Amino acid sequence: MPNNFQMPDLMPALPEMFLLTMACIILLADLFISDKNRVLTYLLSLATLGVTAALTVAMHTPETVYTFDGSFVSDTMGDVLKVFVYLVTAVAFIYSRDYLLARNIFKGEYFVLGLFAVLGMMVLISAHSMLTIYLGLELLSLSLYAMVAFQRDSSKATEAAMKYFVLGALASGMLLYGMSLIYGITGTLDIGGVHTAIAGLEDSKQIVLGLGLVLVIVGMAFKLGAVPFHMWVPDVYHGAPTAVTLFISTAPKIAAFAMIMRLLVEGLGDLHAQWQDILIIMAVLSMLVGNVIAIAQTNIKRMLAYSTISHVGFLLLGILAGTQAGYSASMFYVIVYALMGMGGFGIIILLSRSGFEADKLDDFKGLNDRSPWFAFIMMILMFSMAGVPPALGFYAKFAVLQAVIGAGLTWLAVVAVIFSIIGAFYYLRVIKLMYFDKAEDTQPIETSMDMKVVLSANGLGILFLGLAPGSLLALCTAAIG
Amino acid sequence: MLADLPLLSLVIWTPILGGVLVLFASKEEQAGMAKIIALAVAVITFLLTIPLYTSFDLATYQMQFVENTPWIPAFNINYHLGVDGISMPLILLTAFTTILVVIAGWDNIKQKTAQYMAAFLIMNGLMIGVFAALDSILFYVFWEAMLIPMFLIIGIWGGERRVYATIKFFLYTFLGSVFMLVALIYMYTQSGTFGILDFHGIKLGMTEQILIFLAFLLAFAVKVPMWPVHTWLPDAHVEAPTGGSVILAAIMLKMGTYGFVRFSMPITPDAAQNLDWLMITLSLIAIVYIAFVALVQKDMKKLIAYSSISHMGFVTLGFFVVYMIVENTGSVQGAAMGIEGALVQMISHGFISGAMFLCIGVMYDRMHSRLISDYGGVANTMPVFAGFMVFFAMANAGLPGTSGFVGEFLVILSAFKANFWIAFLAATTLIFGAAYTLWMVKRVIFGEVANEKVAALKDLNNREFFILGTLAVAVLILGLWPAPLLDVMHATVDHLVQQITTSKLPNL
Repeated sequence: MPNNFQMPDLMPALPEMFLLTMACIILLADLFISDKNRVLTYLLSLATLGVTAALTVAMHTPETVYTFDGSFVSDTMGDVLKVFVYLVTAVAFIYSRDYLLARNIFKGEYFVLGLFAVLGMMVLISAHSMLTIYLGLELLSLSLYAMVAFQRDSSKATEAAMKYFVLGALASGMLLYGMSLIYGITGTLDIGGVHTAIAGLEDSKQIVLGLGLVLVIVGMAFKLGAVPFHMWVPDVYHGAPTAVTLFISTAPKIAAFAMIMRLLVEGLGDLHAQWQDILIIMAVLSMLVGNVIAIAQTNIKRMLAYSTISHVGFLLLGILAGTQAGYSASMFYVIVYALMGMGGFGIIILLSRSGFEADKLDDFKGLNDRSPWFAFIMMILMFSMAGVPPALGFYAKFAVLQAVIGAGLTWLAVVAVIFSIIGAFYYLRVIKLMYFDKAEDTQPIETSMDMKVVLSANGLGILFLGLAPGSLLALCTAAIG
Repeated sequence: MLADLPLLSLVIWTPILGGVLVLFASKEEQAGMAKIIALAVAVITFLLTIPLYTSFDLATYQMQFVENTPWIPAFNINYHLGVDGISMPLILLTAFTTILVVIAGWDNIKQKTAQYMAAFLIMNGLMIGVFAALDSILFYVFWEAMLIPMFLIIGIWGGERRVYATIKFFLYTFLGSVFMLVALIYMYTQSGTFGILDFHGIKLGMTEQILIFLAFLLAFAVKVPMWPVHTWLPDAHVEAPTGGSVILAAIMLKMGTYGFVRFSMPITPDAAQNLDWLMITLSLIAIVYIAFVALVQKDMKKLIAYSSISHMGFVTLGFFVVYMIVENTGSVQGAAMGIEGALVQMISHGFISGAMFLCIGVMYDRMHSRLISDYGGVANTMPVFAGFMVFFAMANAGLPGTSGFVGEFLVILSAFKANFWIAFLAATTLIFGAAYTLWMVKRVIFGEVANEKVAALKDLNNREFFILGTLAVAVLILGLWPAPLLDVMHATVDHLVQQITTSKLPNL
């Protein structure tokens, strides 16, 4: 047997390897940590994320590096997205601590599953072959299914996990089937190879390729939660423990954006004319369904779920523009969305306590009387989601609109702004409840100092980045260019 | 020395940061301190605006006190500020009105005083920002951000139907603005810049111009407000606390008309010329029809709200009658008079409508009613107040010698050069305006003392006397001697008329 095995360059994947090692160590170490000292697991997980972030930044090179035979890529876009994944995850862990403690589910598994999900996202972000994409996606999804079901004695959570798992598996199947068709036509799994093969493809194979494309998009839309594949989103967001909802609604969207960039834009970029139409329909429907149905919600987790769907619609707008400006606008949007979503669910966690989830809209009544500071933070977040300047969310919408108009789709921009007016209503309603109504719940808000500090930083960050959005925008432009 | 300071930035950020400072005194027992800080910040801001007037160069139409630094380089967006003869008086008016509003809320705001004061101070900075911005995205940010404090002011300190009113106010304004945003981005794709002055120079085809004009129209017409998108205003005015009504009427409405002269007309002059019939019709409907609507109101605040819409119709009429004048007379001179009249009307209406709402506020604080039928014979118990109220009502009706006369007279005079019937319809407002205002005054102020509550009324205290006295002086000065204001505007308006009557169609 000829020995033509070459040792791949492992350095670009160093952060992934470190995180994997640490996740295993934490899993083992947790066995020996008593419930009293469980905070060690928590601190260790945060430290792991910190070191992984440091490694990612330290290993960063301006040029694109491929390794593992071209199935793994390390580039600026990936590194930026990964750093935000770490950030969002770390904040999610911090917000979760009190919540988990109050419900007696402050267990090591939560953090280990979270870290494995992060690993899945990192692989997904850096994937440059369809196989790696699938690998990362499944690692992420399986961790998330388990996290949703994490509160074992809650029937709501179990139901949500079941739905999430069945629909998620279906979506993975679609995606895999689409990938197999594309593989069958192009004869390669490598994203770059797919791109080259499609450029020289004869017409007779276009139909099969089209079918593969559609299935791949369906799979992605499922994961993103775009209409008409959004059914799972409200149920899962509602049923999962808020700490988990916070996590699944933010970081995985960043990874999903990377997946679209790799597979759809890089691999199937030549089919732009075909997937643009599909994405236009999905984007418009997502904005319509998300914004309109959100108005009818009385549960804020469900409301934010529909709000997420509408944000996904906006995110797709940037991608379907098919220009560098559009991709960087979408990247900016997904990062901003993650920061806002984090804060929004963070406030829900802040208001909740043992035996009280604070997930009804009415639970926000009179928050300004109970805590003017956090009412203010929530107000910033709501205005940001509604796209009202000077909050950061405005610039995200602005960048996307600009890309869409730049691509000659002015009508689509008009449609998008009409839906954001409709959307403004339900965000305003939250502010109305907080500021104009009398409080029903008069228990004092108690929480740990670190959560207070991080949540305040989260809200103020949205405001101050809104006053000076230049650097984050420039970062996204540089990452895509 | 003064010229070296970034004056415009100072007048924008002093009140905003001052507002944040006030929030730190948010405990109920610190309310007194919050009020004092708020007043100090408002006065300092106003003092800072005075050099804008004293060092203003009358001879040029160019922007003055310019500041320009990159803000979002990725999209070529700059932090670009500057004022000309149109925006400078409006900035002074804004800073001046804020002082009165802070004083007006001194005793009658009982809950969350610090937040109330902070909201008005932050509004002050944002509104000045709207008038000073020379980059369209900076303008848009100020324009939208302003909605947030106003939304809270109406919603927290407003009347019974405050939630309905404030959400309607927010959504209406938001609806208009987002289309403006699309238009701005479209022009960016055509020109590669967001600078307002650069937009003035770009060539645009007729279809583009008309679409952009309509997008702007939606944004500005809601704000003015013009018929038929005016319905948010009476609701917002009625439910808003006195201070909120004053700011709405005195400043926010002016932003709509300011938008016409800063954006619509210079950027899309051909569309403006093409659609001037539409604008003139809408203005006349506002002037005449809304005056009738005002006549039948039972609620004093609502009456003044409708009167505001009617008076703002004069402003838009003064602007858009320009094209007919130029067509009829071929002279740009007469056209300039219409625009100057409209601009004077903007400032004057700021004083008068503010004063009217403050007068109603004075009565409301005592009686907790705004219904005309609850009053009668107030002159017997509050003679000093009655004097002020009658004076401002006269000014509102356009009595010569008050500022209300100057603007309306100039607009009607120039309308005659355009078309007799337009001028005739506009002039009827002198009658209807007098009818609804004076009839209200008759029912409220004069006659027999209507009931025990009125009999128990106390006349103005020093604080109220100071506010109304200051405004009365302003109304008189502007009415008797408008020259200083007109001088400031001349150069800018001449240039503007030139600009808006020069076609921007490509290949012509």
